Amino acid sequence: MRLITVAGPPSCGKTSLIIKTCTHLMAGGLSCAVVKFDCLQSQDDVAYTAANIPVSVVLSGGLCPDHYFATNLEEAFAWASGAQCCIIETAGLCNRCSPHIKGLMAVCVIDNLMGIEAPKKIGPMLQMADLIAVTKGDLVSQAEREVYRHRIRQMNRRAVIRQVNGLTGQGCRDLAAIMAEAPSVESVTDMKLRFSMPAAICSYCLSERRIGAKYQKGNVKKASFGKTVCNTI
Amino acid sequence: MQHDLTLLTSLTVTAGRDKSGTEEAEDVVFRPGEISALLGPTGSGKSRFLSDIESMANGDTPTGRKLLLNGVEPDSDERFSLQGTLVAQLSQNMNFVLDMRVGDFIFTHAESRGVSDAREAALRVMEEANRLAGEPFHPENHLAQLSGGQSRALMIADTALLSWSPVILIDEIENAGVDKRRALELLVKSDKIIVIATHDPVLALSADRRLVFQNGGVKGSFQRTGREEELLGELLEMELKFSRVREALRSGVAPVLEPVHPG
Ligand SMILES: Nc1nc2c(ncn2[C@@H]2O[C@H](COP(=O)(O)OP(=O)(O)OP(=O)(O)O)[C@@H](O)[C@H]2O)c(=O)[nH]1
Ligand SMILES: [Mg+2]
Ligand SMILES: [Zn+2]
Repeated sequence: MRLITVAGPPSCGKTSLIIKTCTHLMAGGLSCAVVKFDCLQSQDDVAYTAANIPVSVVLSGGLCPDHYFATNLEEAFAWASGAQCCIIETAGLCNRCSPHIKGLMAVCVIDNLMGIEAPKKIGPMLQMADLIAVTKGDLVSQAEREVYRHRIRQMNRRAVIRQVNGLTGQGCRDLAAIMAEAPSVESVTDMKLRFSMPAAICSYCLSERRIGAKYQKGNVKKASFGKTVCNTI
Repeated sequence: MQHDLTLLTSLTVTAGRDKSGTEEAEDVVFRPGEISALLGPTGSGKSRFLSDIESMANGDTPTGRKLLLNGVEPDSDERFSLQGTLVAQLSQNMNFVLDMRVGDFIFTHAESRGVSDAREAALRVMEEANRLAGEPFHPENHLAQLSGGQSRALMIADTALLSWSPVILIDEIENAGVDKRRALELLVKSDKIIVIATHDPVLALSADRRLVFQNGGVKGSFQRTGREEELLGELLEMELKFSRVREALRSGVAPVLEPVHPG
């Protein structure tokens, strides 16, 4: 089965783009299934179901959805194994985790509205992607699209970059052609993440809510703020 | 091999099929410095045609059309390096979303294009944009503060002078705030292939050629005649009169009632 990770910040257009792309894949004779990893809630299953795409939405609750993804990938693979193409949608919340896996196709979605520095801030989810889809170009000027593309290229030299319109599906045929060529695998066991996820085993990971050094245990990192501010008035 | 698009002398969309599978009559050839208008009701096939250009169709879309550059099919390396950058788009829905000064932004765009003198290039864009816009604006203005007409003028000037793409696709240019005729002149001078999807008779007649769509395919291609060029002149005069009256009324002056053009 082809397994493709599609990651991107919340509301950037992942679901819109996946639905339009899967429509082309399915028309070309490839059966598709989607797993959505999210935190607290998601309506994405409604949209996928309406488009006749089998979908399973799983919620990580208090955990980072990307960590939850890594923990549940074998099971997700087993669930989708009847399909020829399984797409994993994750909303990378912290911009630091990246679900991309060596040997599988990795897609990053970002929209044109996120500000010119966004490609820099997004980190390994964008830097390690094979294919970067840029949405919402219909809302911004050609100049901004071109500057944005340039910034993306600076962060990722080798990825294919495509402008896609999630509303009209413009550009999705091309994405489908690229995704149809994604590597197929028999199993995900022993595959490796492209980038390690941040270590975050501190007391707050375990639901601590009180502020104060005495409550902080485990992997705790203290920041350096520089010289204390004086009262200059 | 990198395809050098400064050497693009023609772009061909080969004849394909309409929605009922009927073959189109002939290939459509586009050349730099030429304006083509796409006409036809919504759903008549204009979007399919444009997306065939944009996705560099290779017989792999529902229309079966192919895109040729300088008369030949691009090889897979060329397709790969050109895809997604062949067409620059100008649309009425587009806005500047960045919070940046106009001058800084245009400079950044020029720089991203690797222009040798980015500051000079940015100045030229400002100059041309101000010639197109009704009300002048300055490099220190913020993008978000520009009026609709000023934004559109800046987008057109920037696309003409700084965009790398050899094809410019325009969906309408609104009447207010932009000098349409100058805008087209500027785009044509930039030696780009200009395609306008429009319902506006003035824009349609400004084109050297009109492609008419029906049932998903090209149904006819019409070169502009001498008589049509005269008609365009008349329509432009009417538009001019319209905007003079609008301007006069807006500034509290009684509109001058000129005699109708003799002839
Ligand atoms: N104008 C415009 N809107 C878009 C485009 N793509 C998506 N949208 C809109 O953006 C909103 C979010 O799209 P989704 O596809 O749900 O985004 P998502 O990334 O899946 O969101 P989450 O899964 O909640 O993180 C919707 O209202 C879409 O209609 C686009 O290219 N242009
Ligand atoms: Mg979604
Ligand atoms: Zn995370």
